[in-house]
Amino acid sequence: MFRKIIIALLCLSFTSVAQAVLKIDITEGFEGALPIAVIPFQWNGSAKIANADVSAIIMSDLARSGKFSPVAEKDLIARPQKLADVHYKTWRIAGMDHIVIGSVDKQSDGSYQVEFRLIDILKARQVLGYSFKATDKTLRAVAHQISDYIFTQITGLPGAFSTRIAYVTLKRDKSVYKSRLQVSDTDGYSPQTLLTSDEPIMSPAWSPDGSQLAYVSFESGQAEIFTHNIRTGVRKSRARFKGLNGSPAWSPDGKKLSMTLSKDGNPDIYILDLASGKLQRVTNHWSIDTEAVWMPDGKSLIYTSSRSGKPQLYKQSITGKSKPERLTYEGGYNASASISPDGKFVAYVHGEGNIYRIAVLELATRSSRILTDGPLDESPEYAPNNSMILFASQEKRQAVLAAVSVDGRQKQRLAFTDGEVREPSWAAVRY
Amino acid sequence: MKKLFFILVLALSISACGERIKPDTETGGDTTSAENNGSATAGGINEGSGIGGVALEGGKLVSYEKNAIADPNNVLSEKVVYFAFDSKSVDDDYVELVKHHGKYLSFNPDASVRLEGHADERGTREYNVALAEKRAQSVKQLMLYEGASNDQISVISYGEEKPVAFGHDEESMSLNRRVEIVYQ
Repeated sequence: MFRKIIIALLCLSFTSVAQAVLKIDITEGFEGALPIAVIPFQWNGSAKIANADVSAIIMSDLARSGKFSPVAEKDLIARPQKLADVHYKTWRIAGMDHIVIGSVDKQSDGSYQVEFRLIDILKARQVLGYSFKATDKTLRAVAHQISDYIFTQITGLPGAFSTRIAYVTLKRDKSVYKSRLQVSDTDGYSPQTLLTSDEPIMSPAWSPDGSQLAYVSFESGQAEIFTHNIRTGVRKSRARFKGLNGSPAWSPDGKKLSMTLSKDGNPDIYILDLASGKLQRVTNHWSIDTEAVWMPDGKSLIYTSSRSGKPQLYKQSITGKSKPERLTYEGGYNASASISPDGKFVAYVHGEGNIYRIAVLELATRSSRILTDGPLDESPEYAPNNSMILFASQEKRQAVLAAVSVDGRQKQRLAFTDGEVREPSWAAVRY
Repeated sequence: MKKLFFILVLALSISACGERIKPDTETGGDTTSAENNGSATAGGINEGSGIGGVALEGGKLVSYEKNAIADPNNVLSEKVVYFAFDSKSVDDDYVELVKHHGKYLSFNPDASVRLEGHADERGTREYNVALAEKRAQSVKQLMLYEGASNDQISVISYGEEKPVAFGHDEESMSLNRRVEIVYQ
């Protein structure tokens, strides 16, 4: 059978017009979120560019984080453009902690000068201010960068708005099967297709430096693990053994990939050294061992194993010499771990009966908490700043991406306009 | 080995209403030749296989002739094995069917199959790929017991990626938990 494979060797930097494919709605939450007013930036020398409305992008980023509650534009009590215009007392009475002001000035060479200031109302002074140079192609990126600065200044956490997410989209019915591996900004803009196939694409995983994706593609008629440089489009086959080739996960130093192979009889976990091609076996059990992810120290893995009869999470050193330590006991289905970047928590799929929800386990205390409502939630993925968990969900029979804050209070839906969207992976840094 | 192996009219184990029918008569598996389709005659296949000499009303022909897989009246026309939730074992209702395919392979060394494992949408994608591979391996193992050889059988697992039923109800999901036997 001839399989049509179209590999899009697109450079991501080629992005011309930002175009939203994912639409993001905040569906729940705001309790405890910090009030902030983002004053619409004044555009000088140019009309506002509709899909690069810098202040609107900042506002939407901050709202999506779940940690901020930006004032709607129509409810703004004042619109100061310069620091000297800020009337602190008025904002204080309005209960505002911070305001953001700024401007976009078109330069004679066609570029833009973007300025912003973050003002602390209680301290009655500017606490942060930067000026950036941008082109019409990089205005959105500058806006996300400003969001990161503001987020970090106020919360003390690194921002993650400038990074990227990868996900798989799928159009399928009885006659059509078309899967796509896509990369977009974290707000769903600037989607780029890395791979199109009429066979499944699964399990995208970002390299720690954000330059590559590892994933599983069935394009050759069997499962095969690839790594794919998102800028050059160059990709390499990393595993094409008989049987399963699945669950690729990067070691924190980016030099190794853990993966599930069944070449020796059963699905077991192996580690591939990318430079030498040397393969090391970690588990050896007749049951299913799969979905390994790395602890941030690179010394151990957490994986799903059915060795107790049902899928449960286990932790084991990468040498494979120590005995695996079972982490989950509640419920008959605990799988697909994602470890928080600080190594303190594990998000996973918790199934009870026919309901599959996202739960979080605190490794130090072994206490766990269910964050979502189900019924078919899967593929949890920690945001690089520990603040949110992306996951795949079913809503009104439609596969969507959703996000939940780690305290479970804020929930968002990232709806895909055409077909199903699944398996999000969030890059730690923008390459 | 290009003999004809005509066995009995038998017995797909599933009736119209989906319930298993127990054979009510068993005849010995000896060597009456059976050129005439439709009569219950045995053709001396692997001794002790347990499938010889069973006739059923409304049953299908059991023959391991080379072109038997193309015959809609042959038991080999059934090519899908269904599974219980989170189970990798071949259900009793499908053991006979898998054995027929295993025997067909053993009598036709030139034939080969691809076993495609599938799971329903519940649970995680990669776990389902592993589970569906276990399912396909269970089917393969049974076929090997019947004399099929390792290099006649390839296995691929699609997990939950390729459902045949798109509903989210139990009936759809039970149709999706399957191994498809695809002759190459």
